[in-house]
Amino acid sequence: MSHFALDISLTVNGERVSERVEARKMLVDFLREDLGLTGSHVGCEHGVCGACTVRVNGEIVRGCLMLAVQCDGATVETIEGLSDSGELADLQLAFEQRNALQCGYCTPGMLTAAQDLLKRGGVPSRDAIREHLSGNYCRCTGYHAIVDAVEAVAQARAGGKP
Amino acid sequence: MKPAPFAYKRARALEEAVAALGEHADARLLAGGQSLIATLNMRLSAPRLLIDINGIGGLDGIALKAGKLEIGALTRHAQAERSEVIARHAPLIARAIPHIGHAAIRNRGTLGGSIAFADPAAELPACLLALDGEVDATGPKGKRTIKAADFFKGLFETALGPQDVLTAIRVPAATKDTRVGFAELARRHGDYAIVGLAASARADGKSFADVRLAFFGVGATALRAKKAETALASGNVDAAVAALDLDPQDDLQATAAVKKHLAGVLLRRVAKQLMEARP
Repeated sequence: MSHFALDISLTVNGERVSERVEARKMLVDFLREDLGLTGSHVGCEHGVCGACTVRVNGEIVRGCLMLAVQCDGATVETIEGLSDSGELADLQLAFEQRNALQCGYCTPGMLTAAQDLLKRGGVPSRDAIREHLSGNYCRCTGYHAIVDAVEAVAQARAGGKP
Repeated sequence: MKPAPFAYKRARALEEAVAALGEHADARLLAGGQSLIATLNMRLSAPRLLIDINGIGGLDGIALKAGKLEIGALTRHAQAERSEVIARHAPLIARAIPHIGHAAIRNRGTLGGSIAFADPAAELPACLLALDGEVDATGPKGKRTIKAADFFKGLFETALGPQDVLTAIRVPAATKDTRVGFAELARRHGDYAIVGLAASARADGKSFADVRLAFFGVGATALRAKKAETALASGNVDAAVAALDLDPQDDLQATAAVKKHLAGVLLRRVAKQLMEARP
């Protein structure tokens, strides 16, 4: 029982992965320790800080509140995949230009959550941006620059001035 | 922290989950996991077996049946948030859901899980109480229905037996006279409420009938403030606030006196919502 493990197969950033994992291993720990994808960060480990935000089957989830074994058959995307595909390139550039990160610990989760809002289209209000990012904590810069960056990208994608 | 070791079983049918609960004394059901897994990570609980019910079909439907709206236990908060059927027939639930956690939490968390977990500061148990709803559970002796008023027994304690699986919740569908209100005060958006209020009433000319005020974050379960309900039925908000029969305890977020004050603030806000025409 102490090492109860299961075999799982899933797609991570477009690649098929088959591994044996312990039942108690969280998705974020599986990504980091078993697959070496250390862009997803571990913060509070109880769903509050958002540093572990990843996409499962197209929807953002807490990597610390989902078991790896629950992802059997799932499609998982991490910051590495979202970054490599170029999907976030404009958002990453806006974060850099506006100093929307300092230590960077929250940034992968912040980008993933922001993209979740932006891919719905339109230009969300600053309040809507703040609300969507309310589950992602930043302990360095505060949130103004982050909201500025997300808003600028929303406007640029909608065809406005960057 | 990391959870203590446990075994994991995927249940493919309701009967399988019920049987597995019977075979293992120290097993827990895993639905959305947004509360359970946090408690495992913090080692506040350490079950020997998790029975994953996410693969059981037919538990995530949203359907109008004989004047009542039935919502399957595995319906995710995000799914309910997007549901036009819920917005039209259960507007109180539609108002409450955006207050639950954050987008990533709502993508996984389930309505049934929130009701079964029965956190005293959670939104949905209060909504179920305010709407005079009911819960379906299946156990070894088959299916039964439990009224909300009989379901929430105490702190994280419900009428569910050790082998019961909550399968659906049911609330009366809103009519043209239905009025609902919802408000909560939390330190940050998505946090558990310091105090919250879910309310329903039936418009009856200039006054109300069947006023139900379910406060949360003020006791071991969501609680109705019945004296305030009576006062509000006659349309007197000041009297309703004065009559608030709540006895909250101090907690980490606020003192009892602050909670009681905030309950009055929320009652005024919600009374205003109740007086508006149905959205």
